Amino acid sequence: MERSELTLMQTDPVIERAIDTSQMKVTDEVAIQLTGMNKWFGTFHVLRDVNMTVNRGERIVICGPSGSGKSTLIRCINRLEEHQAGKIIVDGTELTSDLKNIDKVRSEVGMVFQHFNLFPHLTILENCTLAPIWVRKLPKKEAEETAMHFLHKVRIPEQAHKYPGQLSGGQQQRVAIARSLCMRPRIMLFDEPTSALDPEMIKEVLDTMISLAEEGMTMLCVTHEMGFAQAVANRVIFMDQGQIVEQNEPREFFNNPQSERTKLFLSQILGH
Amino acid sequence: MRDLLVEIFGRPHGIVLYQLLDATQFTIYLSLIAFVGGGILGAFIALVRIAPNKWGKRITIAYIWLFQSTPLLMLLFLTGLGVPRLFGMNIDPWYAASISLTLYSSAYMSDVWRGALEAIPRGQWEGASALGLRFLPTLRLVVAPQAVTIALAPTVGFMVQIIKGTSLAYIIGFTDLMTIGKRWANAPVAGTEPYIIFPLMALIYFSLCFPLSLYSRHLERRMGTVKTLRPVAAA
Repeated sequence: MERSELTLMQTDPVIERAIDTSQMKVTDEVAIQLTGMNKWFGTFHVLRDVNMTVNRGERIVICGPSGSGKSTLIRCINRLEEHQAGKIIVDGTELTSDLKNIDKVRSEVGMVFQHFNLFPHLTILENCTLAPIWVRKLPKKEAEETAMHFLHKVRIPEQAHKYPGQLSGGQQQRVAIARSLCMRPRIMLFDEPTSALDPEMIKEVLDTMISLAEEGMTMLCVTHEMGFAQAVANRVIFMDQGQIVEQNEPREFFNNPQSERTKLFLSQILGH
Repeated sequence: MRDLLVEIFGRPHGIVLYQLLDATQFTIYLSLIAFVGGGILGAFIALVRIAPNKWGKRITIAYIWLFQSTPLLMLLFLTGLGVPRLFGMNIDPWYAASISLTLYSSAYMSDVWRGALEAIPRGQWEGASALGLRFLPTLRLVVAPQAVTIALAPTVGFMVQIIKGTSLAYIIGFTDLMTIGKRWANAPVAGTEPYIIFPLMALIYFSLCFPLSLYSRHLERRMGTVKTLRPVAAA
């Protein structure tokens, strides 16, 4: 890649604040381990022999062309999709058809979706307290306090009594992040969190995600926001046709991509 | 009531009208039984139908096919005449009519509700699953409350079908508006000719059903503006 392109990327207007890296520490503790994982949709082989280890504290950005299986990969980690071969171990729990294990993993892993998936018939506050009350069995008052704490954190406490439909896309996505955090997850998955947003709202959501990274959250983000990858990721994974083609720390990944496929992809998303 | 009607309409019209209105109450009771019974059974069937269980799904689909593909009249004959004959016992027409209409309406109402439940975007299930909610809590807290707004209008609309369906129960000796009306229409009494009695009965059925149809229409129109159904995102 040309130098000039990289400079352009580093001054990406989306990320304009200084990032506090003091809490961003990758530990030796394994958070997620995928071994020889395969998945088919009917006869279509979506994920081929995926091996991946995520340590606690890692901030991983997964990118790749559409249909490369990156969303399916992270959806397998909380069993929204079922894998057919190989092993997925999350925080020491192996994902099988055993509902107890699935519950355990889901209580450790939060997820943010492209289309937010907020519950439209519940207020923002109720969206945030539903799972803590029904899954964690928290008293309502305590759940509401937690919810307000996280709504403050994503900077929309004043919207607590509105309905999702009354909020902008960016605000809804920040609520979705807060709702996830209310379950106090140790790992967060982001499935193209900014892809459905207008450009001016992308920044507020990325800001929230950066704050989360600054606190040391283990994060896996499927995203095309390469500015975000450069600023907070410690590793970028490139996928194509259901396989991990290349992975590296961001500087190396962007400056010195190894495979032709990666070079082509980077030139397509950064070259304009 | 009877005397008042006789005073206003004279004989025999006052008496006929009184008897018809009196019999209408049984049409209403039977409709309510079929609606509540069919509603409860239908809700259960809809639930099994969408639950992640292959056999539950197959059995409920078979059930719905069976009862949607059999005429209600035949169901009435079967429960009111066939089953008693088979076991050599008497079955009260109340029971026979209630059972037939419950089976009939459950098959249709479960379909209406399944449709409403399935109309809720898959993202709602996924959002709840990712938060650790299992099937039943997700259904109860997230999906069903949203499905109710969709199902309300067709459910009220289907009540009209049930009310009209009850008229067939006269065939197994159930005493309702239809039975009494038909009896008068056959009676050799001047002023109770079929061309007088049947329009009168039609008017009574109409006055039961039409408000429900209007209400269903009203619900349907209101649905588009309910805040809970405002789209959260272009999905």
